[in-house]
Amino acid sequence: MDLKQLYQDIILEHGKSPRNLGKCEGYSHEAKGYNPLCGDKVHVYIKLNSEKKVEGLTFEGEGCAISLASASIMTELVKGKSFDEAMDIMNAFLNMIKNTSEIQSKHLDEDQKTKLMSLSGVKQFPMRVKCATLSWHTLVSALEKKKEEVNTEKVD
Amino acid sequence: MDVNEIKSQFPIFSKKINGKPLVYLDSSNSSQKPLSVINRLNDFYRNEFSNIGRSIHSLAVNATNKFEETRTSVKNFINAKFNEEIIFTKNATEAINLIATTFGQQNIKEGDEIIISELEHHSNYVPWHFLREIKKAVIKFAPINEDGDIIIEKLKELITPKTKIIAITHLSNVTGTIVPIKEIVEIAHKKKIPVLVDGCQSVPHIKVDVTDLDCDFYAFSGHKVYGPTGVGILYAKKKWLEKLPPFIGGGAMISEVKKDNIIYAPLPEKYEAGTMPTAEVITFNESIKFMKSIGIDSLIEHEKEITNYALEKLKKINSVKIIGNPKNKAGVIAFTIKGIHPHDIATILDEDGVAIRAGHHCCQIFHEKMNLTATARASIGVYNTKDDIDILCKAIENCRKIFDLK
Repeated sequence: MDLKQLYQDIILEHGKSPRNLGKCEGYSHEAKGYNPLCGDKVHVYIKLNSEKKVEGLTFEGEGCAISLASASIMTELVKGKSFDEAMDIMNAFLNMIKNTSEIQSKHLDEDQKTKLMSLSGVKQFPMRVKCATLSWHTLVSALEKKKEEVNTEKVD
Repeated sequence: MDVNEIKSQFPIFSKKINGKPLVYLDSSNSSQKPLSVINRLNDFYRNEFSNIGRSIHSLAVNATNKFEETRTSVKNFINAKFNEEIIFTKNATEAINLIATTFGQQNIKEGDEIIISELEHHSNYVPWHFLREIKKAVIKFAPINEDGDIIIEKLKELITPKTKIIAITHLSNVTGTIVPIKEIVEIAHKKKIPVLVDGCQSVPHIKVDVTDLDCDFYAFSGHKVYGPTGVGILYAKKKWLEKLPPFIGGGAMISEVKKDNIIYAPLPEKYEAGTMPTAEVITFNESIKFMKSIGIDSLIEHEKEITNYALEKLKKINSVKIIGNPKNKAGVIAFTIKGIHPHDIATILDEDGVAIRAGHHCCQIFHEKMNLTATARASIGVYNTKDDIDILCKAIENCRKIFDLK
């Protein structure tokens, strides 16, 4: 295992200064996520416009560098995407964390892919995978307007 | 006490973790096992295995005798009065559930009050919560102060004529607080309230004398006392075990079974239904022998020395904060590093072969009280050395470097 691969500069930087923190104005969707193993929490806020495009995307929460960086990068990459595009990016992300180390999504440019791939090192640390996926599962839950809180012990 | 000699009795320390020598600072979670314990388990399965109880053949007689020898050893180790006051369970959690369930069934009704503390492990809260759900009982929390000490005066104020039991830890698995159980038992007994003590963290690290404490119930687990998993111990005063209903029903806990009536077995079998963790209980005798071979006074002195050394060194590291500062502290050190989440600390330390725990340590009530989501925890065992602490501190410095902390 290689710590440097896990704690890349971009993760440490996003972990220290997460982007899009707080509630976004006029949000239409929200969901909470919880990791009972460590007590980490995340609350995702989305503003979908009339064309079902993510106009605003923010989060509140506390957690480790991995979970904060993952949430922060997620908000950057999914903002401006349509509902379907957002779902595609999230599936590509989960596939990267669990299976390949590559990102396969036509909705991200090369820079965005590189950014997201900074989280691929998590794969080597099975105990930390849920730190990285919590915010993404919560994003989907918000988009699908699910009422129940996301619990990392109940999702893959 | 020669710590290097003791460490050499634990085969795990010859293994490398991520290419580094193992620095094991997670004994509050579970301790490592000496070779004598590992060998005994192997030896029993190879040469002596049989179930205990009813069978007449030689192996069964031997196994039954050995099983009962452990009971006697446990009785002597914690200074109980009678063998039948020692009940084997699968872990301490089950031991507490045994009392919460049977005591609750018999003695708790709607509106009755149970006092626990803000230091409790979930295993000494959730079983009582069941009574809150089923019996509509009320749970009151004896508060702690900033140092992590239970405020005894406040605990006293919580007692009312409706208080039916007080359940409290002997030693906190987060702050290392050694709770003045004897004082609490005296307070409770003046009002005729029984006291259950969660002794999971105390039995491996401080002297426990249940007769002196005069508590009614005392629960602990074998795997934290350098023993195998699968063994929990419940000490309960005989008068209670005779009076309370049985817990789990099945074979071995009955003396006569008819279509219209069942007579339960006498103590201790009344509370030991079904096939027990025979090999593990028999092996646990070796753990007690191991503890005795060191001597509780030497063990306390050694762990105190390592704990004080660790506290001193950790306090010198910038941005490290030790959680709690109790009057009497054992070798459990919860800490935070400003700017680094405990899970990141644990992952980075692991790369240096240092095993600690990160999270809420099954004590969410405590963490909430202290406005914390999680802490990192280093806990000391008999095999830890000052070198271990030096490696821990170096690994923490590495964390700070990775996170670019000043």
